[in-house]
Formats: sequence, structure tokens, C-alpha cells
Amino acid sequence: MPSLGFASMIVALVVCVYGIGASIYGVRADEDRWITSGRRAVYGLALTLLTAFIVLEIAFITNDYTFSTVADTSSATTPLLYRMGAVWSSQEGSLLLWALLSSLWSSLVLFLVKGRMREVSAYATAILLAFDGFFVALAVFYANPFETLSPAPVEGAGLDPLLRFPTMMIHPPMVYSGYTLCIVPFAFGAGALIARKVNMEWIRSTRRFALASWLFLGGGIMLGALWSYSELGWGGYWGWDPVENAALLPWLTGTAFIHSLMIQEKRGMLKVWNSSLVLATGTLAIMGTFLVRSGVLDSIHAFGGATLGVPFVILIGAMIVGSIYLVVSRRSLLRSEHKLDSMFSREAVFLLNNLALVGLCFVIFWGTWFPLISKALTGQQASVGPPWFGRYTVPLALILVLLSAVGPLIAWRRSSARNLMRNFTLPLLGAVLTAIVLVALGVTGKPPAVAMFCLCALVIVGVVQELWRGARVRSAATGQMLPRALVGLVSRNRRRYGGYLVHLGVAILFIGVAASSSYQHGLEPRLTVGKSAKIGGYEVKYVKPTASVTPEQDSTHTGSTLDLGAVLRVSRGGRYVATLRPTESYYDSGEESQGSVGHLIGGQPVSHIAMSSTLARNIWSAVEPDISTTRFERIIEVGNKTIPITKPEDGMIVLAYLAREYLKHTPPTAFNLKVQPLLNWVWIGALIIFGGGLIAISPPPRSVTRRVRARAARRTVAAERDLVSA
Amino acid sequence: MSHPRKRTIRLIVALTAAVTLAGALMYTSFSAADPAFTPSQLLYEAVPGRSYQLTGTVVAHSVKREGAVLAFSVRDRAGEASVPVRYTGTVPDPFKEGREVIVTVQKSGDRYVAEPNSLITKCPSKYKTAPPKEKHVY
Repeated sequence: MPSLGFASMIVALVVCVYGIGASIYGVRADEDRWITSGRRAVYGLALTLLTAFIVLEIAFITNDYTFSTVADTSSATTPLLYRMGAVWSSQEGSLLLWALLSSLWSSLVLFLVKGRMREVSAYATAILLAFDGFFVALAVFYANPFETLSPAPVEGAGLDPLLRFPTMMIHPPMVYSGYTLCIVPFAFGAGALIARKVNMEWIRSTRRFALASWLFLGGGIMLGALWSYSELGWGGYWGWDPVENAALLPWLTGTAFIHSLMIQEKRGMLKVWNSSLVLATGTLAIMGTFLVRSGVLDSIHAFGGATLGVPFVILIGAMIVGSIYLVVSRRSLLRSEHKLDSMFSREAVFLLNNLALVGLCFVIFWGTWFPLISKALTGQQASVGPPWFGRYTVPLALILVLLSAVGPLIAWRRSSARNLMRNFTLPLLGAVLTAIVLVALGVTGKPPAVAMFCLCALVIVGVVQELWRGARVRSAATGQMLPRALVGLVSRNRRRYGGYLVHLGVAILFIGVAASSSYQHGLEPRLTVGKSAKIGGYEVKYVKPTASVTPEQDSTHTGSTLDLGAVLRVSRGGRYVATLRPTESYYDSGEESQGSVGHLIGGQPVSHIAMSSTLARNIWSAVEPDISTTRFERIIEVGNKTIPITKPEDGMIVLAYLAREYLKHTPPTAFNLKVQPLLNWVWIGALIIFGGGLIAISPPPRSVTRRVRARAARRTVAAERDLVSA
Repeated sequence: MSHPRKRTIRLIVALTAAVTLAGALMYTSFSAADPAFTPSQLLYEAVPGRSYQLTGTVVAHSVKREGAVLAFSVRDRAGEASVPVRYTGTVPDPFKEGREVIVTVQKSGDRYVAEPNSLITKCPSKYKTAPPKEKHVY
């Protein structure tokens, strides 16, 4: 099996080299056969990589420890779902996944543009295959997923328990899909510049891919945030970690591109800017991948001991130099067809929104790469923390939310005073009303948060007003009831109203971010059984400890050997609010040096948090039981001496005894408690953004497509008629 | 005013604003940054009252709970020099002896007091800890 997988990788590499050659020769020699052959090489590549991936997936499912990567990141005690996801938890497997996803998306886009944009798609094919070839070559020469062990161990090291979380199974493929989808517009943008065919066709053909990359990257970022909040035991969802930031950077430039693209479509403006954004987004996606794999920056997520720095630096250097050369050398083809008519126009707002997004991207880029910048300039590595990021990102976020309120309401080209009055009166009233209510409620501290609430109200009222007006007009025209008219309205104008829903989601998300970060209460008490702690107006009482032994008893189904926890009673003013049951899970490390009992709980301990969650607030708790006391260490020591390593079932009996002793003689226990207002709004906002994005990306109904095509055909006939008469 | 002249003025104003903002950003990043030190650097160069970002490996058998304080030592990744750290706040799940950590500290006598909640631990899942067995490449 390993030989089949490795052979597939070699074939994939050969296919990449062939496809690049065929595409470039085909377009240079004007030979359609070779261009077609180059495109088919991409389909072949996808099939070959799929074969390699299936081989590796089967090895994980069947616990085949002859594969080095299976022995390192999986085990028989790892539940099946997590074994399947463990494929991409290693450097080797994740490189294969990257190449596979890239080849699948490349196949899809080339299939969709078949027969169109001959030259552009030929160059794009070569570029896409070059990226795929790069990742396949890394997997073949630097981090081979089909490396074998001899003799094969009887049991693997197991998937890190921290990753045994449902969203962690989806998060990496989503982020990788986002990164790889960024490469599609990059390849077509560069192809269009090389072929000097910079009309709208390549943009129209890859627009959905740009939106899909934005959607996947955003979804992946939010799933990562949810994992961090639920699994890492610190109660936060964003820590300005380099790897988090790296995924955010192409998402920001992608957001800018999605907006500025509309200006090019409507007015033929910002062509240089759009080409630059597409090329920058692709380059930032590769930089994000580089950051995780090179080990150049200290991150909680980076692949340790990674050695892929040099190949990535060469690739990124080539992308930057090539992009600058293409944009500068083709600048005469990228002249704007129109000029900005007024600062009170949608174009101007989109332009400002682009500047703010790119500014935000620059701030985060600078802060993320600052350790390397400071090392290069001063010889001393230094890093900036969350307060530095907050100083710049908070005002920029406020500006962006303001612009996302204004953008959908202002007219293209030039807004009249009447248009401004008509569209802005209600949203402004909403914002002012919000300010009055907040002042009346005494929410006046933290001015940036208060400003954010008011701006979000501006967005929400603006979007609701647009939906209401559209639905009312449609209802009057068709005689439909308002809800049905609203569904029809959104369905027939998916791009526009999907975008509005995204804005609505952004506003809701930012309300959650502002409230939960500005008005959160946190406490880390050490409590004995029966004692209480007060936090944010709530009283949290440690009612009793809990304990369970063996993977079968593990309520979280993550394969833990021992779970210790607590029952907490939350009350407010003497009235019962909730019961929380946070636990800490312990796992088998498989390291015999820790002893026959010690290794059973010697793996990575993981917090399983408990929450009382409503729309208004989350009461979040994590527990850190102390089993390092003399009593418990003695039990483990005696167990290690008396139980043979070959009898883990006897070791479990010792753990059962330890658990019973823990219940009888519970030491003071450390808790992490938080009261976070409106935190669920972050996840709800993210869901609305994702839903809005899905609506915007979905193809319009057939009747609309037919009408648009008929209109385009009429225009073509009219143009031909004009040409003939001329 | 003629159109090309108007455009030039606009461009100059925009570029000046961009350069000023970028300059402010760069200046504040240097003044707000904490130097990243290894334990051996910290031993020789740290001065009281200044924050440092300490990176290194948690020394085996050095982790002790003293009430709300977590005491542990951090050593060089490839070396023996180590410094004692006293930390309060949230302890990330991956924190363990032998793991790589990043923590912001200030010198206080011969100890280093960590900024509360500043401890982060590198995710161990992504480390290759392959047993030293013979490996084949097909």
C-alpha cells in the first residue's frame, strides 16, 4: 500500500511537469490539441492525488502502522471519526491534502471555462499545475506521507486529544480550501495579464471562486475560533496568533476584491487595483501556508521543527516579483474607462472600504511579521501583543462597519440630497436611538464599544430597510404575501441580497465581539467543595467533584482514560440559574517510560468546558483538577511498581481507585470562570455571514439566467447590426 | 484648477497620509514591542522593570503549584541554561513539562514574574515525535 501511494505521488509530479509543458507549448505554438492535453493533465492529477489520499486514509482507518505518519498521529484508541481526520494533522498529510484540494478546484474551474478564454486558461492551467507541482514535490522530497517504519509499532502515538473536537475535523479542509481557491483567481489574473486579455471575462469566470475562497477561509477562521473557545480552556476565541492572522490576511484582501470588482463590472474602473488585489490575495495565501510550515515565527499552531522555509521563500519571491512585473508591464491595458464622479457615490465608498481593508491587512501583516522585521533591522527579535493590534484594528473596524452601512444605501455615480435623505433617515434614527438606550441603561464606559453598537444599528436598520422596501415593491407587483415576496426578492437577486445579509451578519458579529471583549468578567478562583465565588453578579458554588474512568465512560467520546471534574451551581440573587459540569480529560500517552499506570494518564490533558449559554450572556467554566498531590502521586507510583506494563486493564483498576480517592479527598481545585455578554452573537453573526455568502455564490434561477442571456444576445445582435451599418 | 493638477494634488495628499500612518504604525511597533529572549539571553541581559517575551522548554520536574501561583523553570531549546518563572492566570491545556512555551516576564530579584494570562504553549500535535526506528522511503 505505501508503494501505491508513493507511486501515485511520483506520477502526479510527472503529470504536473507534462501539463505545464503542454499548456505553454500549446498556447505559444497555437496548437489546441496541446492546450486540451494540458487541461486534461489537471483532471489526471486530481485522480492521481485522490488515489494517494485514499491510500493514506485507508491506512489511518485500518491502523496500518507501517506508515510512519499513521504511527505518529493515530492509534487504535483514537475514535474512528478522529482517525479519519488525523490524516491532515501531520505536515506530510496536510501537504497531500493541499495538493489534492488545489487539483480538484483547478479541475472544476478548467471544466467550467472549457472552450472559452483559450489563451488565458492555457496560461492559468500552467500556473495552477506549477502550484500543485510545488506541493507534490514538497511531499515527495521533504515530507513524504508514505514513509514506512520497520518494524511497525504495535500501537500508534494517537491523535493529539486537543484535536479531538468535531469542528477540528472540518476546520483544516475549510482553511485549505480557502487557500487553494485563492490560487484560482491568481492563476487566471496572471494568465490574463500574460496573454494581454484583461477584459471582464476572466473576472466573471473566476468571480465565484474568489467568493468561494472568501467563504471557505471565513468559515475556517470561525471554526478555529469556536475550537479555541471550546477546547483550549482559556475562554477566548481570538489571540492574534500568527497562524490565525495568516488566514485573516488573504480574507481581508479577498473582501476588498469582492467589493472593488463591482466597480470594475459597473464602471470599468480600478483595473490595476483589482489585478493587484487578486495577485496579492494569492501571494498572501501562500505566505499563510509558509508561516505554518516554515517554523519562522513562534505560534501555538505551527508545525514544530518544520524545515520547508527555503522552497517557500523561493515560491513567494517568484510570486511577488512576477506579480509586480505583470502589473507594471501591462499597466497601459489596465487604464480606467471612467473617473470617479463624486465622493458621494457607491464607488467612492467602495474605494474607501478597500483602503480600510488593505490598511487593516497591512497592520496585521506588520504585527504578525514584526519579529522577523525587528530581527532584520535591529538584530533583536521582538514581538507586539494584543494591545498593539487593538490600537489600530479597533478604529479600522469602526470605519469598516460605518462603510458597510453606507455602501448599500448610497447611489452609484452620484447621490442627490434627496437620495441621501430617503435612504439614511431611518438608519440614522436607529443609530441615535441605540445611543440613547445605551446611555439610559448606563452603558457609557468603553466608548469604542458604544460607538460600535451604534454603527452596527446603522447597518442593521439600513439592511432591514432595503429588504423591506424591495419586498413591498415585489409584493405590490406580484400580489404575493410579504414573506413570500421577500424570499422571491432574495432568490432573484442573490448576489445583491446575499451581500446585504453578509453585512447584517458582520454587524451582529461585531456587536458580539465588542460586548464580549469590553464587558467580560473573568475570575480564576481556587475552591474547596462547598465554597463559592462571585463573578459578574452571579454566585458560583462548587457543589461536588466528579470522576469517571475508561474510554467507555468518557461522555465526550474522545477516548480519554480518566475524567475528573466538578458540579457547579450558578445562582443570581439566591435564584437558581444553571448547573455546570466542566471536566478535565486525561489520555493514554503510550510512553512506557511513564510507568504502567502513569502512561494511562500521561498524555495531553484536555479541558471540556461547561457553559450556560443564552442570547444575552455566556457563563463559561473550565476546571483544572490537581492530581499532583502526594496522595495521588503515591497511588500512581505504587501502581507503576506493582502492575506489569502488559496489563493495562489492571492499570485501569488503579485509576478507578485514584478516582474514588479523588472523590473522597478532593484537594482545592482551580477554576476558570467567565461571564461574557452577547458572546453567542459572534457565532450567530458568523452563521448569517456564511448563509449570505452561500446565497450570493449560488447560481440565479433559470428564468433570470435566461433573461440575462437573452439581454446579452440582444446586445450582441445590436452591436453586430451597428457594425454592419457602419 | 485643471484636472491633471487636481489628480496630482490628490495623489500627493493620499500618499502623504499613507506614509504618515505607516510611519506611526512602524514607530509604535518598535516602542511597544517586547524583546523575545531565550533563557540564556534573559540571564545575561534582562533588567528589572522591562518586559521580555521568554521562549523555551519547560524543565522536567520543575512544575509546582503554590496556591494560585504556578512555578516552573524554562530552559533553552538547545542548551541547559534555565530561569525560574512564577505565573498566575489561565494555564493552557497543552502546558506540560518538556513542552515549548512563550510567556511574557519581568525580572524580579533572581526570579522572573510572568504577566498574568500571558502563557502560551506550542501545539504539540504538530510535532513529529517518531520513535527512533529504521525508516524506509519507497
